[in-house]
Amino acid sequence: MVNAGDTAWILISSALVLLMTPGLAFFYGGMVRRKNVLSVLMQCFIIMCVLSLQWVLVGYSLSFAPSKGFWGGLQWFGLNGVGLEPYADYAGTIPHQAFMIFQAMFAIITPALIIGAFAERMKFSAFLVFTLLWATFVYDPLCNWVWGMGGWLRNLGALDFAGGTVVHINAGIAALVTAIVLGRRNNLEKNVPTPHNLPFVVLGTGLLWFGWFGFNAGSALAANGLAVNAFVVTNTAAAAAGLSWALIEWLRNGKPTVFGVCSGVVAGLVAITPAAGFVSVIPAIIIGLLVSVICFIAVTVIKPLFGYDDSLDAFGVHCVGGIWGALATGLFASKLVNPAGANGVFFGNPKQFFIQLLAVGVTIVYTAVATFVIYKLVDIFVGVRVDEKSEAIGLDLTQHRERAYTILE
Amino acid sequence: MKLVIAIIQPYKLEEVKEELYNVEVNLITVSEVLGHGRQKGVTEVYRGSKETGNLLRKIRLEIAVNDNYLEPTIKAIVKGAKTGETGDGKIFVLDLKECIRIRTEERGTTAIG
Repeated sequence: MVNAGDTAWILISSALVLLMTPGLAFFYGGMVRRKNVLSVLMQCFIIMCVLSLQWVLVGYSLSFAPSKGFWGGLQWFGLNGVGLEPYADYAGTIPHQAFMIFQAMFAIITPALIIGAFAERMKFSAFLVFTLLWATFVYDPLCNWVWGMGGWLRNLGALDFAGGTVVHINAGIAALVTAIVLGRRNNLEKNVPTPHNLPFVVLGTGLLWFGWFGFNAGSALAANGLAVNAFVVTNTAAAAAGLSWALIEWLRNGKPTVFGVCSGVVAGLVAITPAAGFVSVIPAIIIGLLVSVICFIAVTVIKPLFGYDDSLDAFGVHCVGGIWGALATGLFASKLVNPAGANGVFFGNPKQFFIQLLAVGVTIVYTAVATFVIYKLVDIFVGVRVDEKSEAIGLDLTQHRERAYTILE
Repeated sequence: MKLVIAIIQPYKLEEVKEELYNVEVNLITVSEVLGHGRQKGVTEVYRGSKETGNLLRKIRLEIAVNDNYLEPTIKAIVKGAKTGETGDGKIFVLDLKECIRIRTEERGTTAIG
């Protein structure tokens, strides 16, 4: 039975999650040098175009058609059989297509998150091919394993409410792999790139925070108490993490920064994502406070130590924060919050922690290997990196023949 | 004392700075400017219509040097900015009448370094 309230909420949530990608565009766009801002905005926007089409044609079927082992196959090609009646295995009170379009927005933002790792040096053509292949051969299968009917990680009992594993760890690992194989940007040591427009970063963070309510509370797939729980803990964790990052900076560097608060907020939103439908408010505060500590270490200690150039910290925030969130779900999950979920370590079920660990491990291994193979294929056939001169001039002019800002007029 | 004004390609700024550091010329002023050169430059496209003949973006360096630093400065700029293509830019050298360091009110050649 289609429920009007549930359907309305999922449609609104879908629109909220869509808005996260332009939000991410500004979040990332503000962080790059101004000669590359359009390239980042362009990459985010073209993903909205390309993956919207990929999703209705094959992506949804590969991801959500009942599992045939590796993925769902093509039985729902072009939304064949995905109609306006509910599909009870996923959501019993909304039209199947409402579930489909809600999931489409997740499929869009996930590859967009990776942009942060290869920003300022990837060829646009290579980016398009890479993204399409990655969405099809990494996101779609993983989505099927974790969320699809008969998916093997789902059957094992791995908890991932709104995409900590499928979205954030997945994109974050892909980010690390591409950052490493693509190599560092030129001249980094002498010319440390600074964010060209921090107000854009703030704007982007605001849009992400706003859109994330759709991401997490929408993942209840109904306008019910569980959605409210997810909404409340999402807001709480984001707040705790933003404050926590500012405090860390204050103690360590003497001044809290706007950029730091924004980084913390996003890290908090990432960390609460897998847990939003399984934990209550006090664990949400703990998850938020700690994620900033962990991510702060990842981006200020670990990254310089290993020397990979994850330009905008896609790995440091999304993967590291995502792993913390997934494991924290195994610690703090409670059936009192969600009877359909499971109890975590602190509620007498240590086994859940190991299931979470397994899901994280599988994601890391599969994504790392598959991303590497796709990267190499694209590099052989298209060439991934722009030449040195184009990198120096900037991607806006060399990839799109546009520039963002004028000097006069 | 001379004032060196150099107009260079924006993307060559880092290399020029590096070359200047190598000859111990550390005091430079940088501004972003627009100018017409002989080259056509990188064309921009807005909604399909090409914009050519635009004023091109350049970087302008101003460097005050004592006479014995003039040639090393010129060589460093050329080394860092030269590609051999049109649009590499120009260097102008002017006589400099006076130089005053505001903090100490020193004048002349001691104030430049």
